[in-house]
Amino acid sequence: MKTKLVAAPYLLWMVIFILVPLIMVAYFAFTDKNGNFTLDYVSDVAQYTPIFIRSIWLALIATVICLVIAYPLAYILIGMKKSMQSTMLMIVMLPMWMNFLLRTYAWMTLLGNNGLINTLLGFIGLEPYKMLNTEGAVVLGMVYNYIPFMILPIYAVMVKIDKSVLEAAADLGCNSRKTMLRVVFPLSLPGVMSGITMVFVPAISTFIISRMLGGGGNLLIGDLIEMQFLGNAYNINLGAAISLVLMVIVLLMMTIMNQFNADDEVVLM
Amino acid sequence: MKKIPKTAFAAVIFAVICGMLTSCSQTQTDVEEEEEIEIQTLTVEDEEYYSRFRGQGVSINIYNWGEYISDGSEEGTLSVNAEFTKLTDIKVNYTNYATNEEMYAKLKGGGASYDIIIPSDYMISRMIKEGMLAKLNFDNIPNFKYISDTFVNPEYDPQNEYSVPYTWGTVGIIYDTTLIDIPAEEIDWDILWNEDYADRILMFDNPRDAFAIAELRSGYSLNTENKKELEECAELLKEQKKVVQAYVMDEIFDKMGAGEALAAPYYAGDAITLMDEYEDLGFVIPKSGTNMFIDAVCVPVTSKQQEAAEMYINFLCEPDIAYATTTYIGYSTPHDAAYERLDDEIKNDGISYLDDTFLEENTTVFCNLSDEANQKMQDLWTEIKSVQDETRNRWLVPVFLLACVMTSIGIIIRRYIKKKKDVF
Repeated sequence: MKTKLVAAPYLLWMVIFILVPLIMVAYFAFTDKNGNFTLDYVSDVAQYTPIFIRSIWLALIATVICLVIAYPLAYILIGMKKSMQSTMLMIVMLPMWMNFLLRTYAWMTLLGNNGLINTLLGFIGLEPYKMLNTEGAVVLGMVYNYIPFMILPIYAVMVKIDKSVLEAAADLGCNSRKTMLRVVFPLSLPGVMSGITMVFVPAISTFIISRMLGGGGNLLIGDLIEMQFLGNAYNINLGAAISLVLMVIVLLMMTIMNQFNADDEVVLM
Repeated sequence: MKKIPKTAFAAVIFAVICGMLTSCSQTQTDVEEEEEIEIQTLTVEDEEYYSRFRGQGVSINIYNWGEYISDGSEEGTLSVNAEFTKLTDIKVNYTNYATNEEMYAKLKGGGASYDIIIPSDYMISRMIKEGMLAKLNFDNIPNFKYISDTFVNPEYDPQNEYSVPYTWGTVGIIYDTTLIDIPAEEIDWDILWNEDYADRILMFDNPRDAFAIAELRSGYSLNTENKKELEECAELLKEQKKVVQAYVMDEIFDKMGAGEALAAPYYAGDAITLMDEYEDLGFVIPKSGTNMFIDAVCVPVTSKQQEAAEMYINFLCEPDIAYATTTYIGYSTPHDAAYERLDDEIKNDGISYLDDTFLEENTTVFCNLSDEANQKMQDLWTEIKSVQDETRNRWLVPVFLLACVMTSIGIIIRRYIKKKKDVF
């Protein structure tokens, strides 16, 4: 009873700010401008399939890159002294102190044809290289902005791995490669999973990054949804339908991910 | 002990940031002090009119474009909102929007109560049509007499019942005079399709403005609702995509300033601000014609303080305030008395104020399009913006499918192993 009372404000919060908006999205997706039931908008989403595929593709690449960078980094981190660890963690968090928009804006000035990187390349006699307004720049923006969300959960799980487990593995004849593969990696999987979720979900729905670094010529789903609400057609029903489809896709992908996770826990037991 | 280095580190960073900020602001004030400052003052005709709401604790909510009012941040200029509160004792809550559509979506969604909004022409006619604007009581706005005849009874508000013009301007082309070697008179809209400047051209990131340029180029009306004409324009814009570096709005400032791009369409008032900063930039209004826009002050029907809002509108039409507004934001003013006080340099720069025959014959003001035409334009725009190089599309889908198949196979194998283990 007591725990229920304590949880009440959070429950209320969830209902008002998570559940009700979700129901509203679903409501608008399945009704037309006069509030009558229709499937038109949801079936209209099919025409945007290429945009969906491109968004999923770019978000996947960004997630994989984040994982490849973040996993070794987290592993190096837990090998460090405690005081060093907190300093390093703060450096990881440091960019997050600044506004998301400003960070992305800074990349615009870095990557431009007359930007800092191309100016430096010019000094050693290289032609300016087109970096801004490409898909690569969009992926870079995603990786840069979301990598702390990958490092932190992996680190949080890894730091809790008991040192004696590693010692036991060594005792039983595992070399460091085998320890890594058969002990550390399986134990850190829950962190990897939540890291992937925390990077993939915002990456797939971003619209500011693709607009600022992608030059606006590479629409992603986020841009598409934004255009339905703030574009000149003001078609909130279509916008809601696209959002709904996106949410279902994300839900599906997360379920598939969690399959791995659940299996592993059983296997480890 | 462990915490000390962390806090010390934070303190150092904080100190460095503060240092940077103060040094920045210092250099800025140094520069400003060197210029000669014109001190603006305020005198109103009818002070008694403004005292109507004194001591009643009235407040009004204003929803305006960003950077679209004189806020006193430059030395010697008037802060319009502060002066208004001082004069009338009405509190002003001031918020910004970036596009007409954003403002429209917010009002349409309900829940927001504003007393003053400043939409553009086509948005005003749309909102009138949808019954979102209140009829103004012009007895409360005596200063309307200053508005130039050219701007009274505009197409978007034929009886002039709902709006009071605030600023106006035209769309033209900003270009880099050092790298584009064409005399200004010969520059026309087709420069934005010129392959010599491939990947150095910027374009509007909203369908209405972008289609307008294609329509100007192909000689169609800026308010066309003809599907065929819209589709032709979309083809033109798709063709243009090959030479466009990026679709942007306010980023034009940075990109043109930094020399990233050579040519971009933009609004005259902003172009003047930009040219003040960068000498290499030029601005031209193509002789073949252009879009003229008018932003006007309106009151939404949901306003609970209409009389106070009308007082604010009247205040905006005070000659001193209208003058402060136009000098601060750089857009042209429809206010006769404010225009008279401007320097001849501005009056004759060929950008801000054009002769009446040109305005009459070669410029068009946007009108509201039908819902169907708007939707058509939006769909075409989505299509334009998502056109991709064919080469990339070819392997995107197979790889994606492969990834899906691999994932499912992975899950099946995992399950199989798990089952086997459970058996033992």
